[in-house]
Amino acid sequence: MDSPDDTVIELHDAAVRLGDRTLWSGVDVDVRSGEFVAVLGPNGVGKSTLVKVILGLLPLSAGSIRVLGGAPGSMNQQIGYLPQRRSFDPQLRIRGTDVVRLGLDGDRWGIPLPGGRRVSPRARAAATRVEEVIDLVDAAAYAGRPVGRLSGGEQQRLLIAQALASEPRLLLLDEPLDSLDLPNQSAVAALIARICEREGVTVLMVAHDVNPILSYLDRVVYIASGGAAVGTPAQVITGPTLTRLYDNPIEVLTTSDGRLVVVGQPEAPAHHADRHAP
Amino acid sequence: MTHVMSVASAGSLQPQPSWNLLEDVRQAFMYPFMVNAFRAGAIVAVLAGLIGWFMVLRRQTFAGHTLAIVGYPGAAGAVLVGISATYGLFAFASIAALVIGLVPNTGGRGYSEESAVTGTVQAFALACGFLFVTLYGGFLSGANALLFGSFLGITSDQVIALLLVALAAAAVLAVIARPLLFASIDPDVARARGVPVRGLSIGFLVLLGVAAAEVSQITGTLLVFALLVVPAATAQTWTTRPVLSVLLTVLIGVSVTWISLLVAYYSPYPIGFFLTTFAFAAYLISVGWRRLHTEERRAPLSVRA
Repeated sequence: MDSPDDTVIELHDAAVRLGDRTLWSGVDVDVRSGEFVAVLGPNGVGKSTLVKVILGLLPLSAGSIRVLGGAPGSMNQQIGYLPQRRSFDPQLRIRGTDVVRLGLDGDRWGIPLPGGRRVSPRARAAATRVEEVIDLVDAAAYAGRPVGRLSGGEQQRLLIAQALASEPRLLLLDEPLDSLDLPNQSAVAALIARICEREGVTVLMVAHDVNPILSYLDRVVYIASGGAAVGTPAQVITGPTLTRLYDNPIEVLTTSDGRLVVVGQPEAPAHHADRHAP
Repeated sequence: MTHVMSVASAGSLQPQPSWNLLEDVRQAFMYPFMVNAFRAGAIVAVLAGLIGWFMVLRRQTFAGHTLAIVGYPGAAGAVLVGISATYGLFAFASIAALVIGLVPNTGGRGYSEESAVTGTVQAFALACGFLFVTLYGGFLSGANALLFGSFLGITSDQVIALLLVALAAAAVLAVIARPLLFASIDPDVARARGVPVRGLSIGFLVLLGVAAAEVSQITGTLLVFALLVVPAATAQTWTTRPVLSVLLTVLIGVSVTWISLLVAYYSPYPIGFFLTTFAFAAYLISVGWRRLHTEERRAPLSVRA
């Protein structure tokens, strides 16, 4: 576990600026292969920005980062990405299967020949892979329907299948449970944990609420205005650690069923930088 | 009395349909200018279908409309300086596509910014067109045809020019089709996977400009929508399979164009009217049928609930 090859994401003393505002700084994170890691923190603190940095879409203003052993952006073919909540236009007349297929070879130039499945082993393999991931997320029943007509939970499952289609080593999920109802939240959370375990994919997931995924998590990265803390949920989501991060007195209460409630958490300034990044 | 006379005499110059379809088609095909019209119509309808399908998917019909309108000052300006209207059409449409595509849009997906720029380009284009017609002095012959289309007098050279441009545009589209579909449906993920989303967006606008310039030579700049939007919108009500949907778009476009040409040949009225009417009728029938169909399927559910 300690070999450097095992490290999927490595941030060292990293900082990010958007305009003249420093979102976060002094962040050290190591995500190892096969881990399920959550990125937590208040709105507008730059959780989605961290994902974009890992994808190489935004530069660091200080510090260093390596992703899958290379510079960020250089290994994106091996990363499955689910951006923050998108819902498809209800009028969009494209099947769920087609959306999943784009995750497999949507970045390739040229068009596949119609009927290629009969002659080309590669086209056959592609079709098989699409079926596989759709089965993996239990979406076979509705994958043939126009994607805009599906419910939020159904769309989210298909988008997870899309992110998985190219057999990525790393899955970056930005608030995948956002705007899902409670039963769907726990179902999708369980699905992601199963994928992480069975497919051996490393998962980094931005979350607003840790409770639906708490029991599956290996570690959390907690970002707040005062810096970041990394460790197991039990180490990080505690009164003293959060008090230090927020620079404000925080209490963490545990309910009888094991859910965590953070009390005294001040709202971050309403920049909402994670929702409207330039 | 004179009015009635003129209508009667116009009628006598008009080829009369025998109402035997095969015979009527055979008669229309006897004239080289009609053969060229059918050829040009088919070329234009295929290209319009291919590009229009993506345009409808990308919700860029306003940009498509503007790029077509731009052809009006393009053609009028070209005639004013004494060169072929075709050059003006293509030049203006390409330049306008670059303007709409290159103006940086801040924030998110920037649809609103694009609309503002597009609207400005459209208003400016119409004003320039009118200016050029005025500068030309009096009546610019064919201004009507520029706006509303004409299928008379298409030469074989023009057909070949249309074909070459259409082949080039279709070849470019074939190369970029899959990443373009990705970038259209899912720009964030496409960008993360290394698809040049912005470059594709600009490139597609130029293709759209080329298609609009091609189509407007048959339908006129004001009626380009008939071939660019309606077949794609109609096809997308029938199927959600991308390849099938594109093929159906092309089929509807070519059918509507050929039927319109045939009807226009036997009637004194402009082709643009028939094109838009038949295309819109196909769309209405499709949407109506789909709606009835889905209502039927939904009914038992609502009863059960």
